Parts: sequence; C-alpha cells; structure tokens
Amino acid sequence: MSEASRPMAGLARDDGRPLLAVSDVVVRFGGIVALDGITFDLPAGRILGLIGPNGAGKTTLFNCLSRLYTPVSGDISFEGESILRRPPHRIAEIGIGRTFQNLALFKGMTVVDNVLVGGHTRTRSDFFSDALGLPAVRDRDRGLHHDAKEIIDYLGLGPLARLPVAGLPFGTQKRVELARALVMRPKLLLLDEPAGGLNHEEVAELGRLIRRIRDDHGITILLVEHHMGLVMSVSDIVVALNFGRKICEGAPSAVQQDPAVIAAYLGTAKT
Amino acid sequence: MAVREDIAETAVAATPRFGGLTVPAWQRLITIAALLVALALPLFLKNFHVFQLTLVMIYSIAILGLNLLTGINGQFSLGHSAFYAIGAYTTAVLMDRFGVPYFLTLPAAGIVCLVAGFLFGLPALRLEGLYLALATFALAVATPQLLKLSIFEHWTGGVQGIVIIKPDAPFGLPLSQDRWLYYFTLAILVLMFAAAMRLVGSRTGRALKAIRDNPLAAKAMGVDTALYKSLAFGVSALYTGVAGSLGAIVVQFVAPDSFTFFLAVSFLVGLVVGGVGWIPGALIGGIFIMYIPNLAEQVSKGLAWAVYGVILILVIYVMPTGAAGFVRLVAGRLNRLMSSNR
Repeated sequence: MSEASRPMAGLARDDGRPLLAVSDVVVRFGGIVALDGITFDLPAGRILGLIGPNGAGKTTLFNCLSRLYTPVSGDISFEGESILRRPPHRIAEIGIGRTFQNLALFKGMTVVDNVLVGGHTRTRSDFFSDALGLPAVRDRDRGLHHDAKEIIDYLGLGPLARLPVAGLPFGTQKRVELARALVMRPKLLLLDEPAGGLNHEEVAELGRLIRRIRDDHGITILLVEHHMGLVMSVSDIVVALNFGRKICEGAPSAVQQDPAVIAAYLGTAKT
Repeated sequence: MAVREDIAETAVAATPRFGGLTVPAWQRLITIAALLVALALPLFLKNFHVFQLTLVMIYSIAILGLNLLTGINGQFSLGHSAFYAIGAYTTAVLMDRFGVPYFLTLPAAGIVCLVAGFLFGLPALRLEGLYLALATFALAVATPQLLKLSIFEHWTGGVQGIVIIKPDAPFGLPLSQDRWLYYFTLAILVLMFAAAMRLVGSRTGRALKAIRDNPLAAKAMGVDTALYKSLAFGVSALYTGVAGSLGAIVVQFVAPDSFTFFLAVSFLVGLVVGGVGWIPGALIGGIFIMYIPNLAEQVSKGLAWAVYGVILILVIYVMPTGAAGFVRLVAGRLNRLMSSNR
C-alpha cells in the first residue's frame, strides 16, 4: 500500500519513534520462560497482528501491555515513555484501550452505561460533585454522553443502547466492548482475539470494521488473533511468536511463506 | 420510508413507555405522590405512630447506605451496626457533654463515619466477598464492647448509655416533638435519597457499578478501583452514621446493647427485601424491618421470631429479587394489559 492511500500515515511521529516499542521483554513464571527477549516496534497508524500457536506467549505479552504482568527485564514504551512504572488503572489515561478475549463487560449495566465507563478517564468528578450534580460536572457528562451515542451509532448499536448487555448475543457484546474501548479515544487499541466465537460472516465484518476504525479515527491497532484469515487480511505488520520467542516479523505475505512460521503451525518435517 | 421507520424504532427503544408516559415521567409522578402522602400522614396519626414512621425513615437511610456499598459497589458488610452506633454516639456525646444543638450533630456524625468507613475500607480492600463479610462481622461484634470500656465512660456513659433531651419544634411551630422530628427526618431523607440517585447515575456511580461487575475491566478503563472502593465504604458509612445520629435524637437514648450484630443483620434483611442495587428499595426495606417484627409478635408472642422467619421466607419466595424485581414485574404486566385493551 502506498503512503498516499494511507490517510493516517501523516500521524506517524516525525521524530521516527514508534508509537509502541517492545524491547527485549522477558517474562518468567517460576522456572518457565514465557517470553524470551521479545522486541518489535509498532509505528503510529499501523495495524499489527500478533500470531503464534497456543502457548506461544501472545496472551502473556498482551497482559504485559495492559500491565497485568511485569516483565523481569526489558522495557515497553509508549510515545517514548516506559509504561512499566504505571499501575493497570493508569494505562487508559495515556491512550491505550483494550478489549478482552472472553468478554469482560459490566453485566448489570446497560449498553450505554458500559460505553460511558470507557470514557471514565476523559472527564473529572468526585463523589461530592457527582452527588450534588454540580452543573460543570453534568455538562462534562453530557458531552461524554454525546460521544458515547455517536460511537454506539457508528457500531450499529443504536437501537440497543438502553438494554442491559447481559441478554445480548455474543457478537453484539463484542461490539459493545469495542465501543467501550473507542469512547476512550485511544491512540492505541489492543484487541485480544476479537474473532473468537464469531461466525464466518461476522469475522469478515470485523475485518472491515478494524480497518475502518484505523482509517476513520487514526487509531493504531495491535491484535492478538488465532484466525489467520483475519490477521493476514487486516494487518500491515505481522509478528509471529513460538515458545516465547519471536520467530518472524514482516508483511503478511512474507510471514505466511516463512519456513519457521509454517513449521511452528504444522510441525517440523523430519528430513 | 425505510430510514424513517428506523429512526422511529430507535426513538421507541430509547424511551420505553408505560401507559402513555415515559419511565422518568412515571418516576416523577410516583415520587411527588409519595412525598405528598408523607407530608400529610402525620397530621392524621397519633404521636406513637408518627414516631414509628420516623424510625422507618431512619432505617431506610441506613439501608440506603448499605445498598450503596453492597448493591452498587458489590462489597459485603455485616458490620453496619457499628457505623450506626458511631453516628448515634457522636450525636449523643456532642449533645449531652458539649451542649451542641441536635441539627449540628448530624453533619459531625456524618463526617466521623465517613472517615471511620474510609479507614476501615482501606484494609478491607484486600478482602473479597465472604472474607470481607467476616471482617465486618468482627467490627459489628466488637463495637458494643468497645463502647462499654471504662476508659471511654466519661463520654459514653458506659453500660448505662446516654439519655438526651428531645428537641422541640423551632420558631414556635404548632407541632408536637414527634411530628417535628418526623418532618426533620423526612427532609434529611429526601436530601440523602436525591444525592444517592444523582450519585448512582453519575460518572462515579458508573465506576462503582463497573467495579462490582468486573474489577479487571474497570481498571483497564482507568478506574482507580482501590480509591473508589474505600470511598464507597466511607460514603456508605456516612449514610448509616447519619441514620444512627437521627436514631439517637428520636429515641432520646443510646446504649451499647442497642447496636448489636442483630441490627447489622436487620439492615441486610431490609436491603435484600427492598432489592439489592435499587435505591427506592431501601424505603421498603425500612418498612419491613420496622413493622414485620411487631406483626410477628402480634401473631405469637412466644414464637415471634419463628413467625418472622416464615414471613421472610414467604417474601423471598414471592419476590426473589426483592421489591425491585416485583415492581418491574407489575409495571410490565400493567403495561401489557393496557396495550392489549387499546
């Protein structure tokens, strides 16, 4: 794809620093090395697909990005600043949003309230000002409601906005999660197996949606995914992991043909 | 045309109607009607019954406090009798030993309980579910004994407790003391329920509910779960403490054994009967824990608590999700009836 056809390419930082830089990350659980020196960069405005067989370390890396795990060595920096000193609840405020592998919606709340929680870091308030309903706080909340409604409509959830999320179909709940992550206005969106549990048409639709989110909003996307068709069709860069190591990185077409990747998925033929 | 139908459908989905009125309109109507009834009631009742209704409102405020913690934030407490006691004693000591007017002791009791609840909430952060229930249980059983300690006796009156003087109606209003305290309590109740409703519908309320439903996802959305959980404990204790303060003024007496673990369990019963997480349910819970024990005693003096138990089981059987679910069910049925008659 040429630079001209990439509307968000202009957002890439001029200083040449990538938006997200993972460098030499090592994670150990007891004696097991889950990640063994993973390094890759994600430039702004690109979609990076992280692939690998089960147990390759994809989820471990994902959990490092959302600060559930802390690497024993190496660094992860976002816009040039290490995120490793931040607690998990202070990741959203720097512009990193995420969705979850097995749905992590707020089950007792409506679609719109779920989405509004996604905008938590965008406004300020406290118990006192909220209990009194001070005008300034209510104005800000109204602005957030407006944005939430826009994103709910963008994802075709408009008619469902006031319904409790618990009763909605699985695919729809996944879209609610996406809306919740988008209202945060993230610079980087982390998608943890977004195609999991979706049928064939839904996966195709998801692929178009992921590209649209990047093109319309200029959001950089990192997705961990099992579904090869999806990863290969949406990603600009693919990083393949196996046994905690990076075995390949490059354009989807190159990665698909890489002998190490084929061996990792199909097993090595003894010659 | 297709587009227009789409929009109409969206509008209907956004504002469901019951019998021609939107849900918020119904809520406003019912609130106003309930307020008018509450204002008129004491004029037709004897002082003793007015006193009982005042206690209903006080229990409702205490249960509302527990509802904010358990129903909205998902943290359990078997120890809210302790915060009720702290509120009551703050008022009693300030009135009796320091001559502070009763209405000024309310904010003091609220602040003392806010701080106490917040401080208790900090270590409680490490405890989930049943373990938190046990920790708060310990608080409930320890409090009456702490209040009896001889080192505090100069202020608390030890086992004897403190007798306080019932305030008269101000500005020469032609109201009995009981009626005046009824209206005073009603005003506090309206303020505290309005604040709770606002809070629950706000950014803070959404964060509290998000923590209840999925703490991990709440963190990923940037919610400082530790801070919100301990503040929820503080605010919950504030509500229950203000209730305790009002209780002391109305009953004119505080003693350690009025605030046993049994009181904490009563609040929990009121919470479940009213509906966990439904703010107006606290009023129904208050009515239940005030009148049902009396009713049970009228049925059988010797077996009053057995009768109470049977009533409780029946209520839970008929309304498995408390009054909240029951109200929703009835509203739904009425709506279907009305639309089928049209």
